[in-house]
Amino acid sequence: MSSTARALLAVLLATASLASAKDTVRIAFIGPLTGGVSANGLGGRNSAELAVKLRNADAKAKYSYELMALDDECKPNVGVQVATKAAADKNVIAAVAHYCSTVAMGTVDVYHRFGLPVVIWGAVLPDITYANDFKEIHRVNGTMINQNETAAKFMVAQKYKRWAIIHDTTDYGKGHNRYFSEYLQKNGGQILGTFGVTADQQDFSAELTRIKELKPEVIYFGGITPLGVRIRSQMDKFGVKAVFQGTSGIISDAFVEGLGPLAEGVVAFREGAPAEKLPGGKYFIEQYAKAAYSDPPEAYGPFAFAAANLVMDAVEKVGPDRKKVRNELNRTHDYDSVVGKISFDDHRQNAVPLITKFVVQGGKWLVWEDSEYASGKRPLVR
Amino acid sequence: MDPALFAQHLLNGVMLGVIYALVAVGFTLFFGVLDVIKFSHGDVVMLGAFTALATSIAASAAGLSSPVILAAMLLAAIVGMALVGMLMARYLVLPLRNAPTLNVLLVTLMAGTVIREGVRLFYPQGSNPKPFPRLLPTGAFEFGAFTLRHDSIVLLVLGVGAIVFVHLLIVRTRLGLAIRAVAQDPETAAAMGIPFRGTVLATFAIGSALAALAGVVNGLYYSEVSFNMGLLLGAIGFSAAVIGGLGNVYGAILGGFVFAALQTIGAVALPFASAYKDVFAFGVVILLMAWKPGGLLAERSAERV
Repeated sequence: MSSTARALLAVLLATASLASAKDTVRIAFIGPLTGGVSANGLGGRNSAELAVKLRNADAKAKYSYELMALDDECKPNVGVQVATKAAADKNVIAAVAHYCSTVAMGTVDVYHRFGLPVVIWGAVLPDITYANDFKEIHRVNGTMINQNETAAKFMVAQKYKRWAIIHDTTDYGKGHNRYFSEYLQKNGGQILGTFGVTADQQDFSAELTRIKELKPEVIYFGGITPLGVRIRSQMDKFGVKAVFQGTSGIISDAFVEGLGPLAEGVVAFREGAPAEKLPGGKYFIEQYAKAAYSDPPEAYGPFAFAAANLVMDAVEKVGPDRKKVRNELNRTHDYDSVVGKISFDDHRQNAVPLITKFVVQGGKWLVWEDSEYASGKRPLVR
Repeated sequence: MDPALFAQHLLNGVMLGVIYALVAVGFTLFFGVLDVIKFSHGDVVMLGAFTALATSIAASAAGLSSPVILAAMLLAAIVGMALVGMLMARYLVLPLRNAPTLNVLLVTLMAGTVIREGVRLFYPQGSNPKPFPRLLPTGAFEFGAFTLRHDSIVLLVLGVGAIVFVHLLIVRTRLGLAIRAVAQDPETAAAMGIPFRGTVLATFAIGSALAALAGVVNGLYYSEVSFNMGLLLGAIGFSAAVIGGLGNVYGAILGGFVFAALQTIGAVALPFASAYKDVFAFGVVILLMAWKPGGLLAERSAERV
């Protein structure tokens, strides 16, 4: 196509879209766009934005959509502010919100009070959906209960017996510690010591020196990427030789990039199958690559993409009305998405039965079964 | 406790103390000459570390050897941060000299946020933690539970050397004399022909160069830097300077080691979770302030800076 023809086509398309001027529906996206975990927030934002762009390019869509991205900085106080901002804006019909559990815990009340339907795309603390019965709150990703059960069983099956636990003292880290400890003891693992640390701690020399004396085979870490990088890196410095076992919170490209070769052999667990293993996942990855974002989608990008689509499908069906959209979302059952089928239980929690095991091999997070660790070619630390 | 283990904790504490002291000395120098608190200091530490990181990437791409890369990193970070410090003093702090000190505090706090978010936005993938190159020898001496890493020795020598250097600079040189004179009485010093502005700029350059060194030492010690590492480090450096007695260089050094000791005790010797070690350390700082409001080595005007 010549450039004049292309320009002409663009003009035609523009007039066409003007002619059929659709109503614009505003959706909020909330996540950590700045701060230590912003890699995940930006990945989620881009993914949600991609879903909106693809929808707007679809001639069959009844409405045109606008994404209002807000930054919760992974801080509860900021989260409540931006959640209130979104919820108080009458033009916002629904929100795709939160990577950080601590923030979501603070904002669910706000959404409930303002009657804003929300789909959580990344936060994993069970209490977000289960502690209250707020009809506005839905979640497409799974909770940390399932991932820790699988984690404990799997690691015990690898014949490890002795653990030291380091967790951050946010609701998120404490939750991981609680569920993992519970399942580990049930499965016969032994916990030599548990260390709660603050989420912005820099130096772990004291904790790791104590852990070195305890001689654990595995260090379980309940927390997110920046702290995970720090602890794994300092384990090496202080000569602690053990497997580093993380949670879904460290499954990010940023973790591998931040550690380089030290990331090798780190294991972690996440609910849901990896995007590339799902029928729609390939489509997502292709579209994301095509959109040429400067940041990767990270682990929870597909969930944000699915959440945005879920919300837009509900709007398409019942129109831009918060109550109707909420009721429509409540009814979600066997909904096809890039992260698999979505069905909400009585607390609007998506049941994600599948937990995927990951290991870092050669600078990449690989599904355990596909790795050389599973085939025995590479051994984990003993 | 096993003596080897005790020695290990002691060494860990000393390493921390050196980093804190390097940061704290900057706070105390700035307060000494201008009676201001420069809250962007922690972020200058971070900027120094990132300058060194970027230099090392460029230098290793140019195929230089480890010692040369290390020297280039240190040089770039120290010179760069000295310049940043001078620019801040010239355009942010000095113009506000006659305004309430609260304004300086606020302006530098904002400047720190600009630096921090600037690195996050403009350094490639700046919001992620970055691996810092391992350029120091990796071996270690092992004595039972006590491990003395070769790189720790180098960093210790580097940190202590810098502190001794600044000490000598202040007590033995004409510049040091000028700094001490301005700290004591700017008007009289100016009347004696000591250039006020030049002395202030030099002080900010020295303090910021120390911050750069702290950033590099921090990066080499932990092998990892992140854009928000300066936040807590700044708060700790400031507390250390205050415990020691703001305005007194020896106080800042002492304060740095005291704070590191408190954190180590909080994590190791006390019966509660190590998450409370900062609560414990900062709590003791509050008690120390109540006991000695002027700091452990309270500033006597003759000894200022």
